[in-house]
Amino acid sequence: MGNPVTATRETWGPIAQGMALTLKHFTQMIVARDKTSVTVQYPEERREQYPRTRWRHALTRHEDGLEKCIGCSLCAGACPARCIYVEAAENSDERRFSPGERFAARYEINMLRCIFCGYCQEACPTGAITLRKDFELADHHRADFLYTKQMLLEPTPAPGAAG
Amino acid sequence: MVIPNFSIGPLHLLDVLPYVAIVTILGVILLLTPFLVWYERVALALIQDRLGPNRVGPRGLLQAFADGIKLFLKEDIRPSAIDATIYYAAPVLMMIPALAACAVLPVADLRIDMGGGRIEAIPFVVGNVNIGILYLLGLTSLQVYGIVLAGWASNNKYSLMGGLRSSAQTISYELSMTMAVLTGVLISGSTNMVEIVRSQAGTVADWNIAKFLPLGFIATVVYLIAMVAETNRAPFDLPEAESELVAGFHTEYSSMKFAMFFMCEYASMLVISGVATALWFGGWNSPHPALNFVPGFVWFILKVVAFVMVYVWVRATLPRLRYDALMALGWKRLLPIALAALVLTATWDAVRTPADKKSGWPVIEAPHDADKPVARASNAR
Repeated sequence: MGNPVTATRETWGPIAQGMALTLKHFTQMIVARDKTSVTVQYPEERREQYPRTRWRHALTRHEDGLEKCIGCSLCAGACPARCIYVEAAENSDERRFSPGERFAARYEINMLRCIFCGYCQEACPTGAITLRKDFELADHHRADFLYTKQMLLEPTPAPGAAG
Repeated sequence: MVIPNFSIGPLHLLDVLPYVAIVTILGVILLLTPFLVWYERVALALIQDRLGPNRVGPRGLLQAFADGIKLFLKEDIRPSAIDATIYYAAPVLMMIPALAACAVLPVADLRIDMGGGRIEAIPFVVGNVNIGILYLLGLTSLQVYGIVLAGWASNNKYSLMGGLRSSAQTISYELSMTMAVLTGVLISGSTNMVEIVRSQAGTVADWNIAKFLPLGFIATVVYLIAMVAETNRAPFDLPEAESELVAGFHTEYSSMKFAMFFMCEYASMLVISGVATALWFGGWNSPHPALNFVPGFVWFILKVVAFVMVYVWVRATLPRLRYDALMALGWKRLLPIALAALVLTATWDAVRTPADKKSGWPVIEAPHDADKPVARASNAR
C-alpha cells in the first residue's frame, strides 16, 4: 500500500482521467456526431472502396461496343481456383462479337470457387476481364453463383457513343 | 399540490393508495427496463464513437422490445445434465427479490387534504414499514441465491465459477454496504425509508451525503462502490465476465429464462439506484427550497436516472477487476473505511446528544409518533 496519499492519487487519478476521456467522447458524439462517428450506415451509405480493390468480375467492351474477350482461355489457365470456363467460337462477318478471329461463346465464372486473386486480369492479353469494386455478392442459391457471360458482360455503350 | 381525499363508492383514496403504488412502481420499473437497455447500448456506442441501435423505431428506442420478442420466440433449450428443479427456479429466485425490493422505495410524499383544512403528508410507497432498510438489505442479498443456484444447476464449470464468484463478491461487498447503510441510518435516525427521506428535507446541505462531513460523504462513496458490486455491474461484473467465463452463471440459459436474468440486472440497477437516492441524495426532496414547485416524484426520477447514467459511464470506462484485486478492495479498503465511518458517526452522534444526568448515557429521544403506527392507510382516515 505504501503512502496512503500516493496510493489514493495513484488510484483515483487514472480513474478520473479515464472518466474524463469517456465523457469527452460522449459529448463529442452528442455535439458533432457526423464528425466523430466512425459508423457507416451501410445500406444507405457505403464506404469508398480503394482504387485497386478486386471484387466482382466484369467483361469489358471496346469503345465501338465489340467485346474485348477473344476466347483465348488464358484466364482459365491462370486461375488457381479453376473457376473460369471459356468456350470459344469463330467470328464471322455476319456474326461478329470481337475484333479478332474468335470470341467467347460461353464465359462462366463459379463465384463460389473464386478467390479474387486477380490472376485472370493479369493473364488477359486484351484487358477484357477486370475485377471491379462491386462487393455485394451474396445470393440465395448455389446455382446463382455461376455467373454467365451475360451477367459478366458490360452493357453495350449508348448508340451515340458507339463507333 | 394538494390532493383531496376522495372516495369512489366504497373505495377510499388512502385504502387503494398502496395498490396504486404497486401497479405504478412495478409498471414503471418493468417498462423502463427496455429503455434502460436502449440507453446503455446507445451511451456505450457514443462513448466508443459509434452510433448504436438506431433502426427499430424512432432513434432505435424499440430495439429492446424487438430483442425481447426475439428472445421470447427462441427455442427454450434444456441442457441434458441440469438439475432441473433448481435450473428452472433460479431465474425466478433472482427476479422476485429484484421486484420485491421496490416495495419500500419511497417515491414521493403526497399532500392529501384530510378534510377541514388538515393536510397530511402521505408517502407514495407500497409498504411504509419501519424496518424498510433492513428489508432492502435482506432482499439484495437474497438475489445472490439466484446466481449461485443458476451456476450450480447448469452443470457447467464456467457457470459454477460465475456463481461462486458472485457469492464471494456479494458477501464481501455486502459488509461494506451494510456498514455504509448503517451510517446513513445513524445520520437520519430511522430505519424507515420514508422517515429517512423526510429527514433530508431542505437544501443540498440537508442530504445525508452532506451531513456529518466528511463521514456522510465517505459512507456515500463506499455505498456507491458497493452497490455497483452488489448488482454485478462492470467493473465488478466477475460473475458473468464474458472474456473469461463465456457468460458466467447464465451461460446455459436461453430464451425467456435468459431474458429474465437480463431484465433482473436492469431492474435491480433501477431499484438500488432508488435506494441510493433515498438514503444519501434526499430522495424526493428538491436540492433547494426555491425548486420546491417541481413535484417530488420528478426529483426522485431525475436522481435515479442520473445514477443509471453514471452506472453506464462507469461501465464504459473502467476495466474489470482481477479477482484478488476485487477481494482486496472489498476487505482491505472498503470495509475498514466503512467501519471507521460508522464508528466515528456513532461517536459524533453520541457526543452531541445531551447526556442523561443519572446514567451518563446519551438520551435517545423517541420519535414524536413512535407509539402510533406510521401512516397506515386505514388508520389515517
